Amino acid sequence: MNTKINFAGIEMKNPVTVASGTFGYGREYSDFFDLGELGGIITKGTSLKPRSGNKPPRVCETASGMLNSIGLQNPGVEYFAQNDLPFLKKFDTAIIVNACGSSIDEYVDLCKILNTLDIDGVELNLSCPNVKAGCMAFGNTYDGVKQVTSAVRKVLDKPLIVKLTPNVTDIASIAKAVEDAGADGVSLINTLLGMKIDIDKQKPVLANNTGGLSGPAIKPVAVRMVYQVAQAVNIPILGMGGIVNGDDAIEFMLAGAKAISIGAGNFIDPYTSVNTVKGIESYMNRHKIEDINDIVGKVKMN
Amino acid sequence: MPVDIKAKLIEKKELIPGIFKFSVNAKEIVQTAKPGHFIEIRVNDDIEPFLRRPISIHNMDINSGKLEFIFQVKGKGTEILSKKKVGDLIDIIGPLGNGTFKYEKYENIAIIGGGIGVFPLYELAKNAKNDGKKVYTYLGFRNKDLVVLEEEFTNVSTSLTLTTDDGSYSQKGFAIDFLKKDIEDGKIDSIFACGPLPMLKAVRNLAIEKGIPCQISLEERMGCGLGVCLGCAVKTANSPEEAPQYVHVCKAGPVFDAGYVEI
Repeated sequence: MNTKINFAGIEMKNPVTVASGTFGYGREYSDFFDLGELGGIITKGTSLKPRSGNKPPRVCETASGMLNSIGLQNPGVEYFAQNDLPFLKKFDTAIIVNACGSSIDEYVDLCKILNTLDIDGVELNLSCPNVKAGCMAFGNTYDGVKQVTSAVRKVLDKPLIVKLTPNVTDIASIAKAVEDAGADGVSLINTLLGMKIDIDKQKPVLANNTGGLSGPAIKPVAVRMVYQVAQAVNIPILGMGGIVNGDDAIEFMLAGAKAISIGAGNFIDPYTSVNTVKGIESYMNRHKIEDINDIVGKVKMN
Repeated sequence: MPVDIKAKLIEKKELIPGIFKFSVNAKEIVQTAKPGHFIEIRVNDDIEPFLRRPISIHNMDINSGKLEFIFQVKGKGTEILSKKKVGDLIDIIGPLGNGTFKYEKYENIAIIGGGIGVFPLYELAKNAKNDGKKVYTYLGFRNKDLVVLEEEFTNVSTSLTLTTDDGSYSQKGFAIDFLKKDIEDGKIDSIFACGPLPMLKAVRNLAIEKGIPCQISLEERMGCGLGVCLGCAVKTANSPEEAPQYVHVCKAGPVFDAGYVEI
């Protein structure tokens, strides 16, 4: 049985990665399992300079999911390079850094540094809904996405994946911008913008009023978008949104994702990602599939 | 280091309506847990309710591996948890947190708790008393019907002052007023607090005013409980509003030096 994939030039032992912002820089989950069991780790969104993030409350539970408005709190790329990367390098897994910025210059300067680090690829974050400048502000138009992606492409030799927001009218056209700008892959979906109101206080629960919805609640939306993007582009898709087991992962792969990420599913069970690897293998056994690559995009539409 | 275990429920008691004490076999957690640590419970194998429930550790027995926690039924998750039967396995991650109650260097410690915030203070009082410290405990409840653990705290305290806001049981008033008097009498060299935010603020201010070291246990909405999602942020006291610095209750806390965080 073969579970190895090559995603956008990155060799992975299996198609299971962990999504940015749900796995930190790996340390906490390394208490529970060998991170080398994963195909790849996508780091917490990392910026050129440290960011302190949004005011609390930053998270709340919703039906089969949660809202978050962390605001990209992170220690900055320099700290990452010195403290977190050496730790992650101890494990036999692909390391992909989620890169975020407030301006094109910032994305470019950050990616110039990332290009010099011993990492396997960059996931460009054009989709965080919780910060005022940058990110989703670029990510919700074809031109915005193409502009940032092209600028980064010029300074980054490593595999470049662009993470898309679902908070757009036509995600396929946004994915096309990623491909047209020369990126190697797309990842989707980031969180859906949502809001929860405390009816006793008559105020939103989150201090930022709105936040990004994740968890199984968003899975059908994510599967649909992965399918749509798969019809529109030829670059590989990293699919995510509410995956909590192998069956969910297979659904995304049938829809067109070559690799998948576990996001909020990490929070409910620290073993969700490794169990998803096992779940995929068990599906392959059940369906006598020799090579996991054979099921990518193989959904038979009605 | 936290572990994820399936702990067997060995005893269950409803202390007062809606407040349950669970005793579970959790040897792997008890071995390394300290007063102030918390656990995270997944109440079922479903995706609804989605997140784990963070709950403080009330009492532990290192020899038998027994761990006790007390919780109030507040929503879906705690409702489901309250229905567990003796013999059921409960999915628990713990011990969690890095900030725990550090009482060792003090001799005359004040422990002050309010309402459901009193639960994690028991393990602290018990340990401190066993270590030969003088333990002055002050517990405040809204009224007689909400008073819990009076006997338990009596057994692990040098003295216990129990107050109700309305005077329907024991002393009338706020626990902090009694603490204040004992501080002024020179009996106290440190304060450990857990309870509602207004109480914690008052205790913090009193400690700063009197120049007494104070540690407080905080609550905040949590996503992961492990320090990954960065959801349970609390601002540090010395960082300016325009450039706030945040630490996380699950990772740096839940117990903090009172002067370190802004509450």
